[in-house]
Amino acid sequence: MTSMSTETLPGWGDTDKQSTAGPQRSAGRRRSPRRGMARGRQARAAWILAAPFLALFAAFMLLPLVWSLLMSLTDTSSADLRTPLNVSFIGFDNYVRLFQDDQFFTALRNTAVFVLVALPLTLAAGLAAAVALNSGIQRFRAVFRVGFYLPVITSIVAVAVVWKTLLEPRAGLVNLVLGWFGIDGPAWLADTRFALPVMIVMAVWRNLGTVMIIMLAGLQSVPQSLMEAAELDGAGPWQRFWRVTFPLLRPALLLTAVTTGIGYLQFFDEPFVMTDGGPLDSTLSATLYAYKQFGNGNYEMASAASYVIFVLIVALTVLQFRVLRDKD
Amino acid sequence: MSTLSTLPTAQPGTDRILRRRRIRRTWGRPWLYLPLAGALLLMIAPFLWMLSGSFKPEADIRRVPPVLIPTAPTTANYGELFSTLDFTSMFANSVIVALAVTAGNLIFCSMLGYALAKLEFRGQRAVFLLVMGTLMIPGLVTFVPLYVLVSNMQLTGSMLGLILPFLAGPFGVFLMRQFISTLPDELIDAARVDGCRELAIFAKIILPLTKPALATLGIITFLGSWNNFLWPLVVAQNESQYTLPVGLALASSGQSFTRFGILLAGAVVVLLPVMIVFLLFQRQFVAGIATTGLK
Repeated sequence: MTSMSTETLPGWGDTDKQSTAGPQRSAGRRRSPRRGMARGRQARAAWILAAPFLALFAAFMLLPLVWSLLMSLTDTSSADLRTPLNVSFIGFDNYVRLFQDDQFFTALRNTAVFVLVALPLTLAAGLAAAVALNSGIQRFRAVFRVGFYLPVITSIVAVAVVWKTLLEPRAGLVNLVLGWFGIDGPAWLADTRFALPVMIVMAVWRNLGTVMIIMLAGLQSVPQSLMEAAELDGAGPWQRFWRVTFPLLRPALLLTAVTTGIGYLQFFDEPFVMTDGGPLDSTLSATLYAYKQFGNGNYEMASAASYVIFVLIVALTVLQFRVLRDKD
Repeated sequence: MSTLSTLPTAQPGTDRILRRRRIRRTWGRPWLYLPLAGALLLMIAPFLWMLSGSFKPEADIRRVPPVLIPTAPTTANYGELFSTLDFTSMFANSVIVALAVTAGNLIFCSMLGYALAKLEFRGQRAVFLLVMGTLMIPGLVTFVPLYVLVSNMQLTGSMLGLILPFLAGPFGVFLMRQFISTLPDELIDAARVDGCRELAIFAKIILPLTKPALATLGIITFLGSWNNFLWPLVVAQNESQYTLPVGLALASSGQSFTRFGILLAGAVVVLLPVMIVFLLFQRQFVAGIATTGLK
């Protein structure tokens, strides 16, 4: 990154006549011959280009963000929200109340179980699918790719409708197939033992396609000659994978782990459309808890809960960077 | 496994490897097809079930044990879908919102993306970090104040309320900046020497070159908007504003409405446009998703 422009005083700018020939770009940044006028023109153009985005961004992202934080520190239940400056600050009382609420702990526990089980499964399934497709399939590869990716692009509402009918205890496909093997399937979504595991399976099914696509791109970058050389040197498939492929996939794995992790901590869609957090709060997630507080008019609690989730997301992301980053 | 005749050579080991390689070039590893085909069947089983169910008459839907293939296939579900629910207007709303949101993101994100990638200005780093920093923030954090804001602006009863908050997303800036960074600076320098104005450089020279990135961002934004349901569900106040997912969600949550055949037909209708878009632009889409994270 080049340093910002504090060192260019008027009249001094022309002294560093660096030739711009030769590829000396670092991350696509420019080091042009610096002329005050040209810089000024560039800066003006840049701000003109940036203005529309930044205006929308300020209104619909930054403002709500700050507002939400303030809201979590106030007692909005007594104030009229239409005049947001007319509220009384009560410090961290909402956060204290939040952590005294057993239901919030249930929600956090469900979310933790969901992330800890679904995240590794999704990454492993996506990676396995990508490796199998990349090395094992030449014909019909597009068919497999589309099939595995289809759940990703399907609206969660459509997914929910279909899975509800699949899981119908008596008229559903899942228990029909289990019946062929002599297994008497449970009432999946109405059973506290099975509702959350069903959603974990659903999440893996919905998201492994994303992991697979990114991993496939990573695998394409593994030079074929390297693999063939390793093979002729007598490395078995297992060794080839762990010694050659896996190290090269690390950045792609980190990317998918982080983005999937961020998504999974906000686990919301499935319980919202399928069980409303039930039965007996067994599928209540942290974000669904926040949403329900919002629905009940407890805006300050909803904001506090979503900020707790935000902190958890940052923590998980930092942790993943620590664990998965290149060791060198 | 293979029936290829091979010439006898002095090194049977190498020979076997070479033969294996020949098969691999055309087929890959044949023994992997079966498990992968099984996995594929598991992945698309819900879709087959959905398609089959949408053509089942009501009697088939309630049948225990269920049938895999409708006994008397009918299109009645689709007919009822469009007559009982106002699916035509929901479909139109979904298209309008998705197109508007996509157009907004393409224009605003490519503009800021270019400024961040190729122009020098004071505060550039701050702007970049600010925009990227919001990528990690859960949607729900801003959801509540956003709702208050939009209702303060009297927009909850109009389509604008469904469109405005999504016109400029940070992900698009990230993607466009990544892509534009890879374009050669010489193009811009040469244009400057020729006396081309800064904004014209962006519009006439850079923008045409960003087509692949614009295609990717366009597809991703369109799909995201098409499937977005929580915001429209909360903000839409009357049926004339409903988008497809909202209509489907409300229909499926109603206690009285357990006509699963109609709901499954609705699911098919929601999925079809997305599938067509995906199949048409598959290549660009996959390439785009892959490059965003790997560069």
